[in-house]
Amino acid sequence: MFNYTLRRLLLAIPTLLFISLVIFLLLELSPGDPLADMPLSIPPEVRQEMRIALGMGEVWYIRFYKWLYLFTVVEPSHVIAGFTGLDIAIEGQRILSWQTRSPVSDIIIQRMPQTLWVVGLAYLFGVLVAVPIGVYSAYRQYSWFDQTGSFISMVGFSLPTFFTGPLLILIFAVWLGWFPIIYDTTLNVNNWETFLKQVRQMAMPVFVLTLYNAAQISRFMRASMLDNMTQDYVRTARAKGMTERIVVLVHVLRNSLIPVVTVIALGIPTVFTGAIITEQIFRVNGLGQLLITAIYASDIPMVLTLSVVFAILIVLFNLIADLLYAILDPRIRYD
Amino acid sequence: MTDAPAPTPETAAAAFRPPRNQWWDVWDQFKTHKGALSGMIVFVAIVLFCFIGPWLWIHDATYINIRARNQGFSWTHPLGTDQLGRDMLARMMKGGQVSLAVGMAAMVLSVLLGTLIGVVAGYFRRIDGLLMRMTDLFLALPLLPLLLVMSMLFRQRLSSLFGVETGMFILIVTAIGVTSWMQTARIVRGDVLALKEREYVLAARSIGTPPRRVIGRHVLPNVLSPVMVSATLMIATAIITESALSFLGLGFPPDFPTWGRLVSDGIDYLQQYPSRAILPGLFISLTVLSVNYIGDGLRDALDPRIRGR
Repeated sequence: MFNYTLRRLLLAIPTLLFISLVIFLLLELSPGDPLADMPLSIPPEVRQEMRIALGMGEVWYIRFYKWLYLFTVVEPSHVIAGFTGLDIAIEGQRILSWQTRSPVSDIIIQRMPQTLWVVGLAYLFGVLVAVPIGVYSAYRQYSWFDQTGSFISMVGFSLPTFFTGPLLILIFAVWLGWFPIIYDTTLNVNNWETFLKQVRQMAMPVFVLTLYNAAQISRFMRASMLDNMTQDYVRTARAKGMTERIVVLVHVLRNSLIPVVTVIALGIPTVFTGAIITEQIFRVNGLGQLLITAIYASDIPMVLTLSVVFAILIVLFNLIADLLYAILDPRIRYD
Repeated sequence: MTDAPAPTPETAAAAFRPPRNQWWDVWDQFKTHKGALSGMIVFVAIVLFCFIGPWLWIHDATYINIRARNQGFSWTHPLGTDQLGRDMLARMMKGGQVSLAVGMAAMVLSVLLGTLIGVVAGYFRRIDGLLMRMTDLFLALPLLPLLLVMSMLFRQRLSSLFGVETGMFILIVTAIGVTSWMQTARIVRGDVLALKEREYVLAARSIGTPPRRVIGRHVLPNVLSPVMVSATLMIATAIITESALSFLGLGFPPDFPTWGRLVSDGIDYLQQYPSRAILPGLFISLTVLSVNYIGDGLRDALDPRIRGR
């Protein structure tokens, strides 16, 4: 197991290097120019010097190497220094956003809490709602509960968030006026009143994402429960005279959770990346919105860094899912 | 089976029924799935609406009539008009054509790629490792950001090469196809690995059939059902992805209606004219829902273990 983990971790390094190279080269083709909005009266030689000052003068592989050094050594040192207060931050050049001219990692850390609160909470709610629904639907297969549950999860799975989002805004913000249309990020939660306000503005984006996540996970849960319900060990447990409650909630549930847990782990990176559209609709200024605005503005350092951060998360959670599978299911041996 | 009933005339007649194409069995099973059948009806209706509708409908999707702008539902404009007085019903049909065409084309591309890579990886052991590493690599890419970046980067170049509409169509179809073949490839590879060990494949190989023929004759027909199911689901994903790109303003240009574009245009007027954003959204949702139900029904119908129960 340990060897396997180590091997996978080592294998992840070239994978991630390759992914960042691919993203880097893709962006290299980009027509965007950071000097595009400078006055046309700047003479060409000054313009050239400005480009060099921005680090655009070098050959691509040197720039890639420099970016890689900044991304893997300098930026993490600043992030760790910011969190722990240790004096380990490496002075000097940092990855600068072309939009704001401030370090990319600072902006990412500023935007992180909004995304984590809204999208993370929605994911958590999605899991909490989906598991009981999936269990009960499978236990009473083809009952009315199962039929409605399947229908709702099919609908939730099919409706794109850019449809449910505006629909909810229309009903609850425009017609009923219960919730604000726009998410106010400057709101400072310090008493009961502002807390309620925060809850109200989070309600719609969280609901949209919860519906989508719960729909997907409950389908997995139901299928996995159904697979297990007909196994021999369930018959054995019943034959031993165990109560239905113990058979379903202990024996079957524990075994059916194995694949579901890995699916949940695989979905966690989408907590960071997948909510681009929802954040755009409700104007939550989280990471997804950051990426979109960076793309609109051809802010290449920002797009590159964010995409590679997302790729790292995906690779990491893929590994975690595989390891969880092996830990939870003793029949699986990787070595 | 000690008390098997004596063969009555009916069962005897059934036993000597002339052989029947297996697709009829599939269809029989498909019919019993109510959701799938209604999904099929809805989907066919939407396709007819989008492709036959413009021939029957008097207004043109791009005709600007500024005097008739922002109208509500009426007999001349059943779904009203937009801020430039363009007929919404006609725009909905035109938008549907684009969205459905993108969905189909991206599905074909993605399924072809996925099947090709899956079959090659499953059948030829030598390049299996390489291809599967590549698949894993693609799965680790952050796809939506990448799609957005690709569409930002190449839109100018392709638009100048093929014209705005064709250029965008090629770009979006390729972008979606290239980023969505991995699931199909994995499923197909798994199936091919199992099929390769079957006796009939061994028999074919032992009489010297070249791999190309073994694949075409014995392997491909047997992986057809998972491929068909993932093809159906792929249409749904492709339509949603295209609409999401259009919604974020990185898909087709503004004067070129697609369902996603119509939703995103309509959101600006959500408070005054809610139907403008909700209706195209409803069309996308209905299409995707019906396609997903068809996929569900197809999965059951193509599984011979379930069929006939």
